Amino acid sequence: MTAVDLGMPGLPTAPRGVGHLRGDEPFPDAARTALRNGQQRANLGHATTTIRNKRARVVAELPDWAQLREAGRALKAATMARLDDHLEELERQVTAHGGTVHWARDANEANEIVTRLVQATGATEVVKVKSMATQEIGLNEALEAAGLDVFETDLAELIVQLGEDKPSHILVPAIHKNRAEIREIFARTIPGVDPGLTDDPRQLAMAARAHLRERFLRARVAVSGANFGVAETGTLCVVESEGNGRMCLTLPDTLITVMGIEKVVPTWRDLEVFLQLLPRSSTGERMNPYTSTWAGVTPGDGPQEFHLVLLDNGRTAVLADEVGREALHCIRCSACLNVCPVYERTGGHAYGSVYPGPIGAILSPQLTGVEDNASLPYASSLCGACYDVCPVAIDIPKILVHLRGEHVEAQTRLTPEAAAFRALSAAMSRPWLWHLTQRASRLGRLLARGKPTLPRVLPPPASGWTRSRDLPTPPTSTFVESWTREHGR
Amino acid sequence: MSAREDVLGRIRQALGPDRTTPAEVVRDYRLTDGRPPGDPALLDLLVDRVEDYRATVLRCAPEEIGATVAAALDQGLGAGWATRDVVVAPGLPAEWRPTGSDVDDDRPPVQLAARSAAVTAVAVAIAETGTLVLDGSPACGRRALSLLPDCLVCVVLADQVAGSVPEALARLDPLRPLTMVSGPSATSDIELQRVEGVHGPRTLLVVLVG
Repeated sequence: MTAVDLGMPGLPTAPRGVGHLRGDEPFPDAARTALRNGQQRANLGHATTTIRNKRARVVAELPDWAQLREAGRALKAATMARLDDHLEELERQVTAHGGTVHWARDANEANEIVTRLVQATGATEVVKVKSMATQEIGLNEALEAAGLDVFETDLAELIVQLGEDKPSHILVPAIHKNRAEIREIFARTIPGVDPGLTDDPRQLAMAARAHLRERFLRARVAVSGANFGVAETGTLCVVESEGNGRMCLTLPDTLITVMGIEKVVPTWRDLEVFLQLLPRSSTGERMNPYTSTWAGVTPGDGPQEFHLVLLDNGRTAVLADEVGREALHCIRCSACLNVCPVYERTGGHAYGSVYPGPIGAILSPQLTGVEDNASLPYASSLCGACYDVCPVAIDIPKILVHLRGEHVEAQTRLTPEAAAFRALSAAMSRPWLWHLTQRASRLGRLLARGKPTLPRVLPPPASGWTRSRDLPTPPTSTFVESWTREHGR
Repeated sequence: MSAREDVLGRIRQALGPDRTTPAEVVRDYRLTDGRPPGDPALLDLLVDRVEDYRATVLRCAPEEIGATVAAALDQGLGAGWATRDVVVAPGLPAEWRPTGSDVDDDRPPVQLAARSAAVTAVAVAIAETGTLVLDGSPACGRRALSLLPDCLVCVVLADQVAGSVPEALARLDPLRPLTMVSGPSATSDIELQRVEGVHGPRTLLVVLVG
């Protein structure tokens, strides 16, 4: 397959060989494996149903949800149209309030910057707030390769880290594990854990609290992501639940925040929209337990050294695509995952990227270039549920179709699908050939042996269709024949 | 070329020479709740929303604040708590403080972890979402104070209670370190079942005045 340029040629995508945006196998293959995991399907079905209902309830509470959603969409579109100006303003304000701003073209550069900053403090341990950006760039692996110990402090991230697993959900990375599996991981990996630990979620949460408490208190360096960065004031914002974020943002001497360039918002006031849209869409709460904001450093309160790393890693390549750039509006709420019939069944690992589900299916291929995630734009039935729940109204189905188009256009060799459609096109442009084709298709009735669908084990290329879909038995007469019989010509 | 110039250059290239001017953002969502801060209905709404997070609310008259803070600590710590285990924000009015309690100073934050409870004021509360906002002012204390002790008591005055998120944000200073607190710390990471109390205070008590 040849390289596909999405949007403007020349803008680099996220580099290969670093980070977690590419899977080991195409989505259909990974999905087939995942679908055989009955335990995971049960866990996911339970979890996504719970969160869908909670979200629906708290969204229905707000009479102006539609107006907030439109304002969120418009704010993001307006921000992207002036992204350079807003980032420069953010840099000015963060610097004016005592922070230091770094720019990273890609994952490798961001990892080098953060590693260098940590090493400069002399610390050997880093505590981390859950962050999609640092997952995306593989920061933990980079820090560990430099001999540093990295501690994920979000409960679900901790479960994933201790279980040597991969995250499978944007908000709840361990959503694929149930309580019994989590108990087993904790009993096996946490030193000195109570052997009588049960699988009661409260007990499990308390075990995590005890495990991390001392680390928080002795940590000298923390790494976080950011949900929002306000350009006009230089205020950063992290939204969380457990208090692990507050621990990391407050106690260490040095705080390093890695933020995708698309997370900037122009004004403080804009948070009045996003702080209503995000919690209700993500955890189905009126407000998440803790939201922290800070501007640079505050004497006597919190870290006295603050670094902000602004990350591109393919985002500008996404921005160059006028249709696809809407994917950059995402506020990482994960509502689209929770409603997606595909995600609910396959889980997040099948997508191969840290961004799973519908948003991942449009974001990952654009960040990496579609050639490296070519199966993802097809990992959807285009039912549109994701668009309906998106708090910033990203038209995910439209972008999926757009990316499929880019992928098909880029094919240089004739695919079976393209051959089939060419033949169909030829037949449909000649009435005599079309009628002949329709009559010939009746031969398929022989294969059906009276059943309403054809057998699933057709020879290739028809097997590509019948492996996962029904092919109806051709009718005894065509529509035109039936019409002529009943109504005359 | 520096990474900064490179990234900004890429953005300009991506948007092209004739980038579209963004349309004015229409803010036709509710900017105010319609009720003035401190309206009795807003106080009731705040109580309902805070209790929904499984936090406890104690209501009192302005002259009863000190006694109600003590009653909140009875609930949070159990009767017979030692006053020296309670640490209060440096700017907390003297008459709100339990007698003999410890006033936070610039000690290393980790020393706060040994205390069993903290008492602070708030800057703003949001009725609709059940949120308290602390702004690092002397009465609210530094961020570590409301984080490390396992029990947190916050005193909210009636006129600090705004109806909606937009009204609350307009009253806050974005240059201060802000902490928005909606219930005790919680997680839903295990089967999406909510468990209150992880790393932050496991017990949140709100003294609502008025």
